[in-house]
Amino acid sequence: MPETRAAIEAAIAVTGLTKRFGDVAAVDGLSFSVASGEIFGLLGPNGAGKTTTIQLLLGLTTPTAGDVRVLGLSMPSDRLAILQRVNFSSAYISLPSNLTVRQNLRVFAGLYGVRRPQAKIDALLELFEVSDSAGRPTGALSSGQLTRVNLCKAFLNDPEVLFLDEPTASLDPDIADKVRTALQKLQRERGVTIVYTSHNMREVEVLCDRVLFLAHGRAVADGSPSEVLARARSDSLEDVFIAIAREKTPAEPER
Amino acid sequence: MISRIGALLLRYLYLYRRSTARLMGVLFWPVMDLLVWGFLTSYLERIAAPPGVTFLLGAVIFWDIFYSAQQAITLSITEDIWARNILNVFVAPVRTWELLVATSLIGVLRATVSAGVLAILARLFYGFPLFAIGLPLLPFYFSLLLFGWAMGMFTMALVLRFGQAAEALIWGIPFLIQPLSAVFYPVAVLPPWLRTLALLLPSTHVFEGMRAALATGSVSGTTLAAAVGLNAVYLAAGTAFFGWMLGRVREKGYLARLGME
Repeated sequence: MPETRAAIEAAIAVTGLTKRFGDVAAVDGLSFSVASGEIFGLLGPNGAGKTTTIQLLLGLTTPTAGDVRVLGLSMPSDRLAILQRVNFSSAYISLPSNLTVRQNLRVFAGLYGVRRPQAKIDALLELFEVSDSAGRPTGALSSGQLTRVNLCKAFLNDPEVLFLDEPTASLDPDIADKVRTALQKLQRERGVTIVYTSHNMREVEVLCDRVLFLAHGRAVADGSPSEVLARARSDSLEDVFIAIAREKTPAEPER
Repeated sequence: MISRIGALLLRYLYLYRRSTARLMGVLFWPVMDLLVWGFLTSYLERIAAPPGVTFLLGAVIFWDIFYSAQQAITLSITEDIWARNILNVFVAPVRTWELLVATSLIGVLRATVSAGVLAILARLFYGFPLFAIGLPLLPFYFSLLLFGWAMGMFTMALVLRFGQAAEALIWGIPFLIQPLSAVFYPVAVLPPWLRTLALLLPSTHVFEGMRAALATGSVSGTTLAAAVGLNAVYLAAGTAFFGWMLGRVREKGYLARLGME
């Protein structure tokens, strides 16, 4: 008998999540869950509420209302216990540019209390093919190398849940493919749950087990990529994305 | 806990080791300051200024202790904002007090190195015997350190809340405090209404006490008690203000914006 979603323990459970900035609801009564070991695409046009949702899940921002549970723990009351077991990487943040790659990773290994940090750092540098850059200042790296070093940092603590905010933005297709392949390998081997945001819908179709489209802070479509496509009577997630961005419901794509 | 504080310390020490600008901040500018005030002192002595004018050198060295402690705390966080690394730190399992302890320890290191070098140079170049006074000056050293931490926490909280708009305060706050602290002159020189305000600062009591200690070789218990008491108030207020502001920053979503700007 196939395993039902209810039988799988949710790595993330969000109920009625709301974040208001003055009169604006950046996230508006959002409810969803992410199953353990799933790659979950959090999608939507700019301003849809993706980044705010990730900030709320990481405890960087406090919600106006609603409940967030990560790995069975409550955010923000169990914030530190959650942060010990999750990690985050974004194309829009960086590491101190005048420290070498190894120095940066050593610092974060210490912050996460990683045992045998040297061996862990070496293994991750090798996995993401940046061993040659270990002694170079982070500021001297190409954007492709920097992205992979950021991912090394994100895997330092063997996270059970990983939040990746547009990790392949600004990468060339070859490096982006290498990054996706490495992520899939790690996800398969370690069963890590990944919450993934991207504007590259082809990438999302390849990578994600399930997607959630947001618009104006609300969920407007969710399911596996094929389910969303079937419901929207569309051939590609990119068309669904465009329909949502142009404020049409995904079930009524442009004809 | 120790691992996390150690990792933060390591990060800040790496930064100093690999940044000429930061090393200049620790040694170059304070040494230049000492040279200017040292030559002025020599000149004043030559034109028969009253005895005790060498207090100016002690003031320069002691002021640097406060300045270094405040700067070390504030710049440690600001560097992470400039490097777009602040979110990496805030999504790591680091407690707020661990961050404050690590930045405060960097303040101790920076202030000790800087004041130590200045004291040696003052002795070599101008014959100013700060070390000869010895232990009586230690309480004032710690008092300035504590006040530097407190002001550092206030500044850091404002930088987290207002971002780049508040960065001028990192360097501005010490210079706002300096004239009130009677660093280079007795507090009695200030107009009465300003004197009242000045006596609310622990630094004023430290510099008054420092001048008395240099003159007599002993520390006034009353001055020291006033400095310690006020420091306790400022430290408690600084910590509470930082915690409150961090909560506001999380509520308003400024932390994420700050980290991605």
